[in-house]
Amino acid sequence: MTLETLLFYIFGLAACIGAVAVVVTQNVVRMAFWLIVSLGSVAALYFLLDADFVAATQIIIYVGGTLVLLIFGIMLTASGPYQKIKSSPGEVFMGAGIGVLLLVLLVGTVGAIDWSAASRAVAGPDFRPTTGEGYNPAGQGNTTRPIGMALLGPRPDKDLGKPEGSKLSSGYLFPFEIVSIHLLVVLIGAAYLARAKRRVQKVGPDSRE
Amino acid sequence: MPFPIASSIGEFFDAYFSSGWAWTLTVVLHATFILVVFGLTPFLWIWAERKIAGRIQDRLGPTRVGGRFGWLQSLADGLKLIQKEDLVPKAADSMLFRMAPYVVCVASFAAFLFLPFSDGWVAVVSDIALYVLVAILSLEVIGIILAGWSSGSKWSLFGGMREAAQMVSYEIPLALCAIIPVTIAGTLNLSDISRLQSGWFLNWFLFHDPFTFITFFVYFTVATASCKRAPFDLAEAESELVGGFHTEYSGMRWSFFFMGEYASMYVVSAVAALLFLGGWNSGIGPLDAFLIDLRTAEGSAFAGYLANLLGMVILMSKAWLLLFVQVWVRWTFPRLRIDQVMTTCLKYLIPMACVLFLGVVLWPMLMYGTSKGTRTTHPFLEPRGEILGLHAAATPGETAVAHARAPANEEAE
Repeated sequence: MTLETLLFYIFGLAACIGAVAVVVTQNVVRMAFWLIVSLGSVAALYFLLDADFVAATQIIIYVGGTLVLLIFGIMLTASGPYQKIKSSPGEVFMGAGIGVLLLVLLVGTVGAIDWSAASRAVAGPDFRPTTGEGYNPAGQGNTTRPIGMALLGPRPDKDLGKPEGSKLSSGYLFPFEIVSIHLLVVLIGAAYLARAKRRVQKVGPDSRE
Repeated sequence: MPFPIASSIGEFFDAYFSSGWAWTLTVVLHATFILVVFGLTPFLWIWAERKIAGRIQDRLGPTRVGGRFGWLQSLADGLKLIQKEDLVPKAADSMLFRMAPYVVCVASFAAFLFLPFSDGWVAVVSDIALYVLVAILSLEVIGIILAGWSSGSKWSLFGGMREAAQMVSYEIPLALCAIIPVTIAGTLNLSDISRLQSGWFLNWFLFHDPFTFITFFVYFTVATASCKRAPFDLAEAESELVGGFHTEYSGMRWSFFFMGEYASMYVVSAVAALLFLGGWNSGIGPLDAFLIDLRTAEGSAFAGYLANLLGMVILMSKAWLLLFVQVWVRWTFPRLRIDQVMTTCLKYLIPMACVLFLGVVLWPMLMYGTSKGTRTTHPFLEPRGEILGLHAAATPGETAVAHARAPANEEAE
């Protein structure tokens, strides 16, 4: 067993324990803590996959952003010192049923795929695991440039060997810009909804009456 | 392997052990080194802060422990703290109360993994090192909030609330200021950013243009605030909140907060040095050229080590100078009120960072023109394409192909 496999099992186990603990715990802030454990372990799994960008985004958005706001919200709104949440038996039954169904679906899907063939299909015929000998871009930390390039337009991963003058693949610049404008609209909308409402004072002859 | 390390030590172990053991030993050795830096920085700087604070207030500071200057004061403090009783208040949520210091400590330790100490001396090579660093630094706040919330004390809760409000706001200008040198360098890789600033000190991004010059000071202010150092230490605020979030803590758990605080002070200072002050480059042209020659000298691994060691000394001196400024500021300025802290961030620092960002983006256009066909590069950044593995394109039409050729197989040797 290599060190990576060991780390994979450790973080996978931590992610599962964290996720189960979120469901089992009744104290809201402890739930948030177990969510940190679970989401942080998933980020660690992304790091093990050389997906540094996804891992860092997972940390900055879920752990550093959402969870801080969650705990902050609980601290601002809690009525008692340690807020508890209790689910009714019906809710537990429903949740467990849906959870089991989802698990069956996921396990079935994962089991039905030939993973080595799939990775060959995705990575091309010269697919080489990152632990191979010689130069590998992932081993040099060069894990994000293809994504960054694709978001800017050029696709070095597809256009690399093409002869000069041939048609180049398109990147994701346009969808990226559309998504960013959507986010801007959401931000402005949130600011509009949350801003302090000032009472409009009527000034004029009819307001005296 | 996913976590590449300095090749020489790995090769050294390879000669004596089987490859799996050699790899594990190399990883352990490097991790130990980082752990030592992580542990020694607070050790040294807690003593230095007491000494500097003493001098600023016309006192002597620690004088006795370890002979002259009281230089072993931190060891005495540490021994005292280990012996103290590990108390958990009755009203506290005991699990979270116990976990919170570890969260703080682990978060600031994890930042060291992505921090280069010298050219090639970095635990985890990543081309988005700066982004990962900012992400990891945002974790520390969770530990502080949990500590404040789980203590079951009003003072702690106030401290935690203030910390949450402060950190959520200050992360925005921090990220904006960190982006500004990135737009100049064209990479998020901290090692590459530092490599681009070799030569005379005018090559440092601090002197790149007027906007980066101001950005450095804005970044440093925000970084001080994000380490919750005075005058932004609202989360502790000894004179108002007893001890803020750590009121109920004692012994080693209490000291973990301070290890985390001093370590993240070092991290933000080192990042400032890497982004604006040339990193491990000395700022003296001939000396830098000599060091680069020494680093790339063939045959002698020792010369490379020597050059990297000198680079580390240079980087650490810059970071320590900035740490000294943080300490100096703490003992000079009075603490702001919480509304003043928020006003400073939301009304001044964020707009300033936005304007500076726009300015840095527009600066090359103003200075070097936008004429089609000829791409005028900044004279200081000639080696940029070489370092980043990009080829300068002769005509705009070829740009895509040139970019497409860039990332793979160029550094095959």
